[in-house]
Amino acid sequence: MKHILSALVLNKPGVLAHVAGMFAARAFNIDSLAVGRTDDPTLSRITIVVIGDDKVVEQVRKQLGKIVSVVKVQDFVGQDVVTRDLMLINIACPIEKRPEIASLIEMFNGKVVDIAQRIVTVEIAGPESKIEAFIEACRPYGIKGMARTGTVALARQPRPSAEF
Amino acid sequence: MEKTATDNANGMVYKPGSQVMVDMLLEQGVDTMFGYLGGVVLPFFDKLYDAPINFIIPRHEQGGCHMADAYARATGKVGVVVATSGPGATNLTTGLATAMMDSIPLVAITGQVRTDLIGNDAFQEADTTGITRPITKHNVIIKDPAELARAFREAFYIAQTGRPGPVLIDVPVNMQVARCPVPPKSEITLPGYKIRTQGHSRQITNATQAINESQRPVLYVGGGVIISGASDALRQLAQKANIPVTMTLMGLGAYDQTRPESLDMLGMHGAAYANYAVQKCDLLISVGARFDDRVTGSLETFAPHAKIIHIDLDPSSISKNVTVDIPVVGDARQVLEAMVELVEYRPRKEWFEQIAEWKAKYPFRYDRNADVIKPQYVIEELYRQTNGDALICTGVGQHQMWTAQFYKFKRPRQLITSGGLGTMGFGLPASIGAKLGCPDQTVIDIDGDSSFNMTMNELGTAVMYNLPIKVCLLNNGFMGMVRQWQQLFYGRRYAHSSLKNPDFVRLAEAFGAVGLCVDKKEQVPEAIEKMLKETRPIVVDFHVDPEENVWPMVPTGKSLHEMDGLDIFEMA
Repeated sequence: MKHILSALVLNKPGVLAHVAGMFAARAFNIDSLAVGRTDDPTLSRITIVVIGDDKVVEQVRKQLGKIVSVVKVQDFVGQDVVTRDLMLINIACPIEKRPEIASLIEMFNGKVVDIAQRIVTVEIAGPESKIEAFIEACRPYGIKGMARTGTVALARQPRPSAEF
Repeated sequence: MEKTATDNANGMVYKPGSQVMVDMLLEQGVDTMFGYLGGVVLPFFDKLYDAPINFIIPRHEQGGCHMADAYARATGKVGVVVATSGPGATNLTTGLATAMMDSIPLVAITGQVRTDLIGNDAFQEADTTGITRPITKHNVIIKDPAELARAFREAFYIAQTGRPGPVLIDVPVNMQVARCPVPPKSEITLPGYKIRTQGHSRQITNATQAINESQRPVLYVGGGVIISGASDALRQLAQKANIPVTMTLMGLGAYDQTRPESLDMLGMHGAAYANYAVQKCDLLISVGARFDDRVTGSLETFAPHAKIIHIDLDPSSISKNVTVDIPVVGDARQVLEAMVELVEYRPRKEWFEQIAEWKAKYPFRYDRNADVIKPQYVIEELYRQTNGDALICTGVGQHQMWTAQFYKFKRPRQLITSGGLGTMGFGLPASIGAKLGCPDQTVIDIDGDSSFNMTMNELGTAVMYNLPIKVCLLNNGFMGMVRQWQQLFYGRRYAHSSLKNPDFVRLAEAFGAVGLCVDKKEQVPEAIEKMLKETRPIVVDFHVDPEENVWPMVPTGKSLHEMDGLDIFEMA
């Protein structure tokens, strides 16, 4: 089962290496990992997607919590969370295909960020399933490269809000 | 000499980094430390020269790290070791990993090349924090003079609180000569470093209720009991509720083994009666132990009839290997003290009768009628002549297991041994560290010849500081434990499992210690007497049966009750 763990860590050199090293040393698999600063400049948030049974993930969570520079760990499983992946993707796009591909991009709420003679670069964000669906939709045209951030997530606050 | 300067604007005191380092050690009450000089720790050593600290130079940084580790194990204080950058730091790694696995409070200080050279492959540069990250509880490199004092205070705090462990501070040489502020001492707050010492009261009630309802309980206790100072509480609990106690290797000494409730050590080479008790019990109460594979045997069939209570300070230990029914996260002493109030006496007559029967039928045994010197006999004789009071250190292997089996430990911190990592060569430097920590105790390193070979240069340290440690060398001419496995599982093909040993007597004498060789059984008592009377460091080389094995033995992957070797000495 897929778990999204969110770790608030001290924004110091070596902390990401410590977290990643702990995963390797204890033979836990990382599906994706995203890291960035938070509003508090002393803290970063690492969002890690782990696939494993509950027992394994529970152990991952506890081992993360033991790292002195890790301030807080949350497992979002079973919680109402907003998740997003961001992808930049280069799609083969000869001029005659442009309208077709443009409508596909529109369907997925994507954005063209660059265009060359035979390639279009698209930015697309959303839950992982949407990203995967877009990749599949692009495949017939030819994918020339892509970069993804990995999942980032935040728990939904206990008040009415809609996912856009 | 640099002068201490005060910045009048904010009242902050500034000193050279090297002086701050020494001041911080003194502030923490350090009076003994271990370490080896090198280029990038020269400023620090220059300040140490005048400090009221007993400084011990090992022959190798690994030895120094083991000494600091054993000093901590023997005294309960934080051990301190210093090494230079590069090879000095990498030589510490075995010692750090040893301390990490056994949860020993240690502060290691390493020098580092100048901050502007870091990453340039400078002379004696190594990525010390990178290398030691997985084998320390925490580590830090100082790149800002303002962080130096705080890093030291935090290191001591982290090393000894919660589940203890080694903390490394890497100090580039330019930080040691920089002008560093020394803020006043204040309470340490680390975001995210929280320790739950008090067990959850509902869990404690559940645990005691399970104990009161149990017909066949067993206490299974580990090193956590010793670390938290929970031995008294453990004794009260075991006696008030009437529960037998078995210990892990790290737990030996937590419960007086001369008492009838003691089931001695359990596990791969544990007592048959301890292993049977665990397999037959209906309630297993684990305190400060972590269900290591050397303890449990096959996990699928471990304690199959038991409900499991697990008391541990480290939440990640709970349900890591074995699914626990009643977890209690907390300090062993606090939790046990709370439980003592709530448990009730139960006679459990049948259970104790069953245990007595196992004890009578399956004691630890060996061939007492053999003509050769049996290693177990040497340990038994040592136990007899020391009245079971000596502080014992060991290396790793057969001699370590025989020590655990045949020396009955009475008090916490009486056995100092590398449990988790299994570090050969630990014994001799450990005995030096322990002797410095406990100068009034008789400190004996029961060692194997191969373990001893790894760090025997530290004899020089024992002689230099006139530390009358005693090396009781059980010399079988093999790496005995792996030879036993080769005999049992590799058709007696002894692939590279023996060394050509030096003449240990002449070696000891060359170092300025005393050497003695014993190759006849009848000489053993007299040799031990001589060893105990000797006021200089002494090595006694006992030529023991080369192919003696450690029994009983639970082969890897078997259940705890499937022990080999129980019927081997029917003549006994």
